[in-house]
This record gives sequence, C-alpha cells and structure tokens, in this order.
Amino acid sequence: MESRTLSLRDGMFKTHVEVGGDGEPLLFLHGSGGLRRGGYLDDLAATFTLYAPEHPGFGASEGIEHIDDIIDLALYYHDLMDELGLESAHIVGHSLGGMLAAELAAICPHRVRRLVLANPVGLWRDDEPVLDFFTLSPQQLLPYIVHDTDAEAVKEAFAPPETAEEQMDAMYQRLQSFSAAGKFLWPIPDKGLKRRIHRIQSPTLILWGESDRLVSPSYAEDFRTLIQDSQVVIMRECAHMPMLEKREEFVSLVSEFLNDGS
Amino acid sequence: MKLHFFHLMPYRFLPDDFAEKHRSVWVDVDSTLFDPVKGHQIYNENLDELEYADELGFDGICVNEHHQNAYGLMPSPNLMAAALARRTRNSAIVVLGNSLALYNPPTRVAEEFAMLDCLSGGRLVAGFPVGTSMDTTFCYGQTPADLRDKYQEAHDLIMQAWTRPEVFAFNGKYTQLRYVNIWPRPIQQPHPPVWVPGGGSVETWEWVARHNYMYCYLSYFGHQRGLHVMKGYWDEVERQGKEPNPYRAGFLQFIAVSETDAQAEKDYAEHAEYFYNRCLHVYPGFADAPGYRTMKTVRAGLRAQFERQAAQAAGGELNWKTFIDQGFILAGSPETVRQQLEEAAKALNVGHMMVLLQFGSMPPELVRKNTELFAREVMPHVRHLFSEYEDEWWIKPLPEQDRIAPQPLAMAPEGTAAGGGS
Repeated sequence: MESRTLSLRDGMFKTHVEVGGDGEPLLFLHGSGGLRRGGYLDDLAATFTLYAPEHPGFGASEGIEHIDDIIDLALYYHDLMDELGLESAHIVGHSLGGMLAAELAAICPHRVRRLVLANPVGLWRDDEPVLDFFTLSPQQLLPYIVHDTDAEAVKEAFAPPETAEEQMDAMYQRLQSFSAAGKFLWPIPDKGLKRRIHRIQSPTLILWGESDRLVSPSYAEDFRTLIQDSQVVIMRECAHMPMLEKREEFVSLVSEFLNDGS
Repeated sequence: MKLHFFHLMPYRFLPDDFAEKHRSVWVDVDSTLFDPVKGHQIYNENLDELEYADELGFDGICVNEHHQNAYGLMPSPNLMAAALARRTRNSAIVVLGNSLALYNPPTRVAEEFAMLDCLSGGRLVAGFPVGTSMDTTFCYGQTPADLRDKYQEAHDLIMQAWTRPEVFAFNGKYTQLRYVNIWPRPIQQPHPPVWVPGGGSVETWEWVARHNYMYCYLSYFGHQRGLHVMKGYWDEVERQGKEPNPYRAGFLQFIAVSETDAQAEKDYAEHAEYFYNRCLHVYPGFADAPGYRTMKTVRAGLRAQFERQAAQAAGGELNWKTFIDQGFILAGSPETVRQQLEEAAKALNVGHMMVLLQFGSMPPELVRKNTELFAREVMPHVRHLFSEYEDEWWIKPLPEQDRIAPQPLAMAPEGTAAGGGS
C-alpha cells in the first residue's frame, strides 16, 4: 500500500488516501473511529485497486470545516473520485462509511458498480436505538462492537496504548474522529437517507455481525427492503467490526460479491 | 470590588444513596426524584433569598441556565429574572445567562433581555454563555462541532438586533430572517453589559477580550484552582494590549460564614458534601462531547485532562477538609473569610466576585444566616478593593427617582371581590 496526499478544490481539502493493488477500483469508506489499518486492506488490494481515504477531519485529512452534513460529504466524494480519475468504482462502506456509501450511491447511482454496506448506520428504529457511542470510553465501548473481547484478533486490534504519550495521542485521535463523526450522526444518525435510498441501483450486499450492539442486525432487513437489488448476509460470532474480527470471511464475502458481476 | 449573590437553585432533596443508585445528576437524572410540590417550595424560597440579597445591598443578583439538572432548576433563567425585576430595587439582575445557540431564532434572547431591561429599569446584565456540554449537546441536541460557530452567529445577530435601528435581513448559516426588527428595545444603550461565562477555552479568552466583554469563570472548585484559567485570560488581555482592569473579570466562589471557624464546619459541612458528592455526580460521558471543545483547546489542555481522568478514576468522596484546604469553599468566621476573600480577589484580579451562599441542601434559615453575616461582616471590608479602576462593564439604570415600583396590592375586603365577582 502506498500513502498519497491529494489537494481538492484549490486546497480547501487535503486528503490522505491509502492506495494499492491491481484490478477493478474499490473505494473503502471507513467508520466513526477513523481508518483502521490492518490486513484486510492488503487482502482487498490483492484482488482490487484499493483506495482507502481518510474522511475530512479524520487522521491526516483536513477540511472538515467546509463540510456541514452528510450530503456535503457525499458530494465531496464525487470530487475525490474525479480527482482519482474514477468514472465509477465498487464501494465498500463500514458503519458511518456505510451510511455515506449509501448516500453516494443514491445521489449518483451510475458511479457505483457494486455496493457493500457493512454494519451501516443511517436509519433509525425507536425499538432498537443505535447506541450513543459518543458517551462511552474505548474500554466501555469494546464489548458493544466485538463479539468476543478475548479473541486474538480483537486483542491485537484493540491493544490499549502503553505509554502515557501513546494514551494521550489515542485520546486526541479519538476526540478528533468523533468530533467529525458528530457532524453526520449527532444526536440521532437519521439524516434523511430514508428519503433517498430508493435511488440506489447498484447490486448491494448488506453485511452484519450477528452480535452487533452498536447498531442492531435488525436494521439489515430495513436496508434490504429499501434497496431494490440487495441481499443480506449475517456473520456468525461477529459484531460491529467484521473486517477485524473475521478478516478472512469478510474479505472473501466482499471479494466474491464484487467479482460476481464481472 | 463588586459583590454578587449567585443562586443555582439546587434540588435539596436527593436521597442519601443518590450517587450509588444513580449514574448522573444531569441529562438522564431520574425524573421520579423530582417532587413538584417541593419544587413550588424551592422556587419561592430561592426567590426570597435573592430578594433578600438585594435588600442587604449586594451589587448584583445572579441566575443561570441549566437543563435536565437536579442542581440547577432554571431551564429558563429569564422567568426568574422577570420575577426578581418586580420586587427588587437596586441590585443588577445578572442573567448568566442564555446559551445563545439554543434559542431559535436567537432574536428571542434579544427580545427577552430587552423586556427584562425595560421591566427592571435598566438593571440587566446580559450573560452570553456557550453553555455546558451537558446542556447544549446532550439535552438540547446541538452538534458539538458546530456549537461555537452557531453561538458566534447568534451573538452577531443579537448585537445587530439591539443596535441597528432599521429593519434588516440576516442571512446566516444557522438562522435566516427576512425582517429583523425587535420590539421592545433595551433601556441601556447601545446595549446592556455583556458578560461571558467561560470554562478555560483558548478561543473564548481571545474572543471576549477582542469584543471588550467581561469574562467570568464560574468554577465550583475555588480560587486556587481558578488561578490557572484566570491567568490564561489575563495573558490574552495583555497580548491584545488592553488594560488589565479587574472589572473585565468575574469569578464564582463558594462562601460559608459563621461565628467561628469551628462553627462554620458544624453549620455547613453536610450541605457542602451534598453539593460536591451528589450535585456534582455527573456521568463522565456527558461532560465533554467530542467536538464540544475545539481541537486547539484540547491540544492545549491534553496533559491536564489526562491527569484529571486518572485522578477521577482514583475517585472517592470529598469532605470538608478538602473543601477548605483546596479553597473550594472560603469558610469560617467573618475575619477568616474577609482575609481569604481579599487575597483571592487580588490573586485572581477579579472585580466582580460572585458568591454562592446557598449551596447543596442548605435550608432557608441557614442561607439567611450566611447571607446576613456575609453582607454585614464581610462585604463592607472588601468593597474598597480596586476602587482605583473604572467599571466599564456595569449597568446604567434609570435614575432611582425615575424607576417605577410596583403598586401595593389593593386587597378588597372579604366577600366583595373587586375583580368582577358576582
């Protein structure tokens, strides 16, 4: 993987993107915690030309002050696709990134080849409210987003920072990411996707970990009903972080679905 | 130095096991703990206490805004200020204040403050807080990262609404109005004094100093811990090349006066413990929504926050010795309090001292004692401080002879109702 920094709209945005691999273009959109590096990105890059940007306000990407809402962010991604020279691409979005991917596909259906929504937010049910994860510390949040806190993959991905400096850095990164995420999710992550989602035309895979306690798998059926050409796969012994908890299964489900159309 | 009587209007009847059984006094506080009949009692007692402070010669009486909070029963401080405007004569009515981003449209603040200024004969101090994270982002659902921007836009709209005589259009990001033309307008021209309560954010110091407003730090943790924040503000005032006039600043200090130092502990310890251990029992997840503080402020205070969280985790109940040793409360005989208050005011360089004489579960008799002892035995001895400075941040009321007092009620004799009874 190679790190690239792009400048958009005459320098209003500075965008950090991880790029790698060879094959059909795949845009990966990360969730509220920021872009998690990990083997799953390399695995996807084995089959696709992978683009994994950090959203404005997350990590090294700048320009969140020019974005007011999820529609602004979706339109910004159309600019980014232009800049990357992508007429169209597969899009895989996780959590907040799933909500964003759905908006993007609804606004410009022809630019999205095939779509994967992994544990997406963006809809709301009073009987299954999405967790107010903004009020939880990393330690408090963990049992809601992983199936087994003792699993090796989980312990590796969520190892607590060791030194005080690392802890402060992690605290800062988390505040920065959640501050930006709040622009799209606060106080309730329902910002009108339900009025636009019918426009999605791409074949869509809805992936969900069965133990997700941040956004319940019961939302999978809502997404399926609202997206014309869609199917649901529920992943066993998995919660909100399938690409980290069940890396191999996640990569193979995504790859098989995206390659299905070619 | 000016001395102001500040009231939080706490609910006095939280159970002894409140902190063990409930996660927060604020935001999701258990509604079944509120007894409206006790609410009736509290509001009336507390208004009496504020009115008494006016009678005893306090310069100002202060109310503030909190939501879904068991230690602050004033979602609308303006209602309390309206009640006070009628029965008080001389004190400034200090509303600290209206959290500007929460009013839709924000011209509501310009209107209600103008009403209060007219009603009180020009005695209003207009407080413009951003508001706490609990109040604004959790109770009122504001997006944390937009809050300050929205606040500043609301401020611009309100100031224009007060000062521009013509009808104008306001095309903001958060508020669009075609016809801004508030009616009534404030007595105090060009507008009532603006005080901005802050909590130590870097941008607020810069902004307040640039606008020449008064900055106040409403801390519950006393003058010793307050030094750090006030120093940040004064450094900024100096950086902008402005005079370090103490009247540019206010500070909230808990005070407990009794006959002797020992008697002060007997009188006030349980009520202070009630405040610090029950009223401040706030779920940490509500204290600082991500984005509520700017990343610049976060960066500036990262180490302090990190250490504070570690200290919080260590935790434990707070007691009277901590309150006294760390200066949370200035307590003791009038002589003790006099001396400490003078030192604190000088160290903080604060010309507007807001004193909290009712705290926690303190009942009306004790509030009366504390208020009276403070007004008679302490206040006269510290007023001379900073007399060499001019207070440009103070009210300009109508001359006393031009202020209209409420007429005494014309009680009709029993059975002959004057109001159109049959």
